[in-house]
Amino acid sequence: MAKRHANELEIEPNDSGRRPPRAVVGSHRIEEEIFGRAFDKNIIRRIWAFVRPYRAMAVVSLAALLIFTGTQLLIPLIIRYAIDHAITPAGADASALLEAAVAFALAILVNFGAAYAQETVVGKMAENVLFDIRRAMFAHLQKVSLSFMDKTEVGRLMSRLQGDVNSIHEFLENSIYSVGDIALLFGIIFVMLSVNFSLGFLTLSVLPALLIIRIVWLPRAREAFMAAQETNSVVNGALAEAIQGVRTVQSMDRQYVNFVLYDDKAHADLTTHLTAARYAQVMVPIVDGLTGLAMAVVIVVGGSMIMNGRVDVGVLVAYIFYIQRFFDPIRSLTLQYSVMQRAMASGKRLTDVLDVRIEIQDKPDARILAPEMDGSVEFRSVTFGYDPKQPVLKNVSFRVNPGETVALVGPTGSGKSSAMALVHRFYDVQQGQVLVGGHDVRDLTQESLGTQIAMVLQEPFLFTGTVFENIRYHKTEATREKVIEAAKVVGAHDFIMRLPDRYETQLGERGGNLSLGQRQLVSFARALVADAKILVLDEATASIDSYTEMVIQKALRKLLEGRTALVIAHRLATIRGADRIIVLQNGQVIETGNHEKLMAMGGLYSKLYNLNYSSFDDIPEEEADPTGQAASRT
Amino acid sequence: MGSDAVGTTSLKSSAYVKAAGWGRGLSTLLRITRMNLRHPWQVALAIGSTMVAVILQLLIPQLLGRAVDQTQVAIGGSVTVTAAEQALWTPALLLLGASTLRGLFTMAQNYFAEAVGHRVAYELRLACYDKVQRLSFSFHDRVHSGDLITLGILDLDGVRMYFSTALVRFFLLTMLIGIGACMMISTDPVLGLIALSFVPFVAWRSSVTQLKLRAIWLDLQERLSVLGRVMEENFAGIRVVRAFSAQAYEMAKFDIASTNALELAHEQVDVYVPNTSAMTLAFFVAMGLVLWIGCDKLIAGQISVGTLTTFLTFMTILQMPVRQIGLMVNGFARAYTCGSRLFSLLDQDITIGDASGARPLEIGEGTLRFDNVSFAYPGTGNRVILKNITFCARRGETIAIVGPPGSGKSTMAHLIPRFYDVTGGTIMVDGQDIRGVTLASLRKAVAVVQQDAFLFTTTIENNIAYGDPWAKEQPIERASESAQLHNYILGLPAGYKTVVGERGASLSGGQRQRLTIARTMMLRPSIVVFDDSTAAIDAATEQRIRAAIRRFAKDRVTIIIAHRLSSLKHADRILFVDNGEIVERGTHQELLAKRGRYKALYDLQLRPGDDIATTFGGAP
Ligand SMILES: Nc1ncnc2c1ncn2[C@@H]1O[C@H](COP(=O)(O)OP(=O)(O)OP(=O)(O)O)[C@@H](O)[C@H]1O
Ligand SMILES: Nc1ncnc2c1ncn2[C@@H]1O[C@H](COP(=O)(O)OP(=O)(O)OP(=O)(O)O)[C@@H](O)[C@H]1O
Ligand SMILES: [Mg+2]
Ligand SMILES: [Mg+2]
Repeated sequence: MAKRHANELEIEPNDSGRRPPRAVVGSHRIEEEIFGRAFDKNIIRRIWAFVRPYRAMAVVSLAALLIFTGTQLLIPLIIRYAIDHAITPAGADASALLEAAVAFALAILVNFGAAYAQETVVGKMAENVLFDIRRAMFAHLQKVSLSFMDKTEVGRLMSRLQGDVNSIHEFLENSIYSVGDIALLFGIIFVMLSVNFSLGFLTLSVLPALLIIRIVWLPRAREAFMAAQETNSVVNGALAEAIQGVRTVQSMDRQYVNFVLYDDKAHADLTTHLTAARYAQVMVPIVDGLTGLAMAVVIVVGGSMIMNGRVDVGVLVAYIFYIQRFFDPIRSLTLQYSVMQRAMASGKRLTDVLDVRIEIQDKPDARILAPEMDGSVEFRSVTFGYDPKQPVLKNVSFRVNPGETVALVGPTGSGKSSAMALVHRFYDVQQGQVLVGGHDVRDLTQESLGTQIAMVLQEPFLFTGTVFENIRYHKTEATREKVIEAAKVVGAHDFIMRLPDRYETQLGERGGNLSLGQRQLVSFARALVADAKILVLDEATASIDSYTEMVIQKALRKLLEGRTALVIAHRLATIRGADRIIVLQNGQVIETGNHEKLMAMGGLYSKLYNLNYSSFDDIPEEEADPTGQAASRT
Repeated sequence: MGSDAVGTTSLKSSAYVKAAGWGRGLSTLLRITRMNLRHPWQVALAIGSTMVAVILQLLIPQLLGRAVDQTQVAIGGSVTVTAAEQALWTPALLLLGASTLRGLFTMAQNYFAEAVGHRVAYELRLACYDKVQRLSFSFHDRVHSGDLITLGILDLDGVRMYFSTALVRFFLLTMLIGIGACMMISTDPVLGLIALSFVPFVAWRSSVTQLKLRAIWLDLQERLSVLGRVMEENFAGIRVVRAFSAQAYEMAKFDIASTNALELAHEQVDVYVPNTSAMTLAFFVAMGLVLWIGCDKLIAGQISVGTLTTFLTFMTILQMPVRQIGLMVNGFARAYTCGSRLFSLLDQDITIGDASGARPLEIGEGTLRFDNVSFAYPGTGNRVILKNITFCARRGETIAIVGPPGSGKSTMAHLIPRFYDVTGGTIMVDGQDIRGVTLASLRKAVAVVQQDAFLFTTTIENNIAYGDPWAKEQPIERASESAQLHNYILGLPAGYKTVVGERGASLSGGQRQRLTIARTMMLRPSIVVFDDSTAAIDAATEQRIRAAIRRFAKDRVTIIIAHRLSSLKHADRILFVDNGEIVERGTHQELLAKRGRYKALYDLQLRPGDDIATTFGGAP
């Protein structure tokens, strides 16, 4: 394998060429259908819907295109006219020559104007359509349910919004030219036949040969193009993975193994592309040979016709011109065939995205959750599973009264985060009801629900941009003071002031230049700026020390007045003071009550609580058993 | 481009490139050319075929001219019609032959040109992949992953196309025009010069356009990557977007980025189209002049109708290539832009690599020592993150690190496997400065469970075996048992073959953390760091993991970073870090006796039921 390496790489040679059995690079899911049929009416119709707004432009460009094609057809005729008049034995016809010159000048001016208009209009229209399709998809993805987004890799969506959209763009640009090519083809056939039918007919008789060859060629070529596309997306996927996971790759020292595996994929990509290139090019000599044949026919047959006085020499010259132009459209149509296939496949994938059903949708008569609502949250016998067959929450009921602080605790994977997701209606329950402010969340508009609930998610996600922009996020009307105040409440102000540009410091990707705890604080502050009636804190302080946490809690006390808070924490000290504590295990509520009550009960909570305090040296293994086993089985 | 960053800063360097003009452009293009020349045979075949194809192609107008003249001979009456008809066969067959041969050579030209491009692309892919994998963390901190992906996909493609769309086409055109010029001018100087009169105009327009397009390309690429970033972050952070009902805001962000890019895309059309149309017009003007003056000469008897046909067919042959000049110009501009961007990645210095004469790390006692270590993240000026950190840990010892967020705990962990290099002081393993040993041996000896868990999109078992891809089933299961994950996995429909990924979206926070713990338990490091890796795990489960970690820790140096004090009170030494300095150190008991910050923390967490119990939410 070493011989395959580009020589400038500094990779140590591997002692054995074997590939580790458990190592793969790149996601190994096969890309779905890459090449579609060249024509799919439905997809064309969908694409047309995006072109429709620009149909005036399309008409203009089509007209320009036809004019352009017309001038292309005209030029050889003008040449014929000039030549025939120049060599009339009766002597030159000067006025005819002038006429020809003027005609030619006009033709090329029109040609210029038409080409200019058509290319500009098509170019811009194709760009507009491209951006419109992308926007439509992006907008749609803002509405589709999270269960779709959970299942779909970001990279895959990105390749829809970048790669696939681009092949539609390519298709649009090309399809206009294809129309031009087809028009030219028919134009030439028409002119050739009408100028001299028998000569034209003889010349065109080479066409069927081309058709037959193409029928043989097409399926093979198609397969080769398909393979090339597929290996390409595999290679690109593997690269993307290496970039995103680079920190893990380096810390696990997997560079070498990955490189070897990647080399396999890159090499496969090279091979398929070379094969595809072979198939694409093999048509060239065939088309050229046939062009030669057609010219030979014209010369032999046309020549003898001239000698017999049946046609003028100008006709011969014009035919030669036409033959040369004649195969150009055929050639480019061959190339465009693969563009079209690709576009159809892309179009299919795009429409698939656009057609993802919006499962969670506002009812037509959905109500707006008023800011004055009481802020209560209630679960009524809720059963929910990401996969309905495997419920994550089973018959869960609890109520959070207005202004209360309620904590959710339980072993990992017991369904705490899932329950919070339901409050916001990220997913719909399978049974039971979730009520916010006394209304079933399914009867409310999602928008108004969202503005009344602020969440700190378990995994802090920050956007590229400044610290200020991140804390303010969508509340563009929030003042600087408000942002700073929120940062102060969560104790982030101090560290922000120590950053190079304070609130204007640019954050790296995902906030990478902050520590995880700092990221958590920023996302906490973001939730406070949202100024909502209900605050959901999912492990909001898990990566923060208890001291900072206490400072936050003290500051929060005032802020929480009149608001409802739902808090998830594993560090039980965090939630000791909650009004009520709900203990979840295996998706079921097993205990409820305040700290004292639960401690007195001596159930799971008191066990977890005691574990939190004592050390593992003091606790016999079995003590942890009931919860531990359960936790692992969830 | 030297060592300047591909970062968010210098990828945005269009102004710089605009100013740099031709000289810089040439050096990039030369470099790409040199890469092409590393496949001398294929390049030679491509160029050779181009030459033959051009010559054959130029023969065609001559043959046609001859044939046309021959038809006139009979009209002149000097030979019989049948003899003249016979004579037509020769040029006809020659035409057929020339045309077919030309096709064959064009095929070879195109194929080899593409092959060279694909081979170069293959090498560049490997080079990029290798570079990306080995560039240090600080590089990746600075450069957005989306930009790097674009670089490895789109920019690489631009460089690939250079040979076939730019270089070979340039060569072809030069040959076609050059040889054609000689032939035309020797046949009829006046007509020849007229036929070629469009060339200077086209050359001038295309070089001007090339410069403009370059700048636009570069700018457009940047705007598209901004757009890409907006979309990518929206999808990756979709829960945040939904949680805040910020869809409208995100749409607005998208629209701004999108409109910016669209404007430039239109501008590109505005630059490109007038130029290609003007070039075509110039060409047609020359053709018209040839026709006009040619006919004049024909009338005057200075040339034959065959010669005129030769000239005119020559012009038609040029028509396609001239129309493609626009593409060629674009090819050069694109290769230049993409090449510059790609090379600025490939030319990045690998700041963290093996020193010259580095030797594999030799583990004896397995002692880790921080000696007066200080550190600032590269590119952040003098914002010192760690100051004078000194401590030592022997095999079998557990060191615990506590401290407020941002105090530098993770940073300390990242210095040990040299994810970053210290800026002052030294870190030593068994007396060897870690900068003096090979990186591979060091990283084999040090394992870090990262605070921010990244999982690959593959099966659970492949994820667990990531660091040891040769592993059999048993150790994998044992590791996952230690991490308290085994039972959960068995409960999944596909068990260990369940595919996870994308930062493990379908696992709960704690499950993800346990997977990364299991992944590390597969390794046999001498030094292992657990960076806050049980924060999302409940006490009971943690308890059991802790027991496994203790067994695992027996013959290694273990560093535990945690906020839950129960996780670390049995450590041999506890370091309390604040603001990059160790402010307290000692065992749990010692620190409690000190009544300092550790004690305060302990009180907050560990004393049940007193005043601070009421902190949350106000009501007791
Ligand atoms: N998006 C998802 N798709 C499918 N399954 C999921 C998804 N998110 C979570 N799960 C599964 O649902 C169960 C409950 O997960 P949840 O995130 O609610 O747990 P949790 O109580 O928050 O745990 P932790 O304390 O570890 O965060 C887990 O078994 C998990 O694997
Ligand atoms: N990649 C980076 N580039 C620049 N600065 C960074 C980077 N990573 C961290 N920092 C800064 O270095 C300081 C220490 O960060 P570090 O991640 O070591 O903190 P930590 O002690 O691990 O905190 P936490 O408990 O929140 O994980 C922080 O102020 C942070 O802003
Ligand atoms: Mg959770
Ligand atoms: Mg940290």
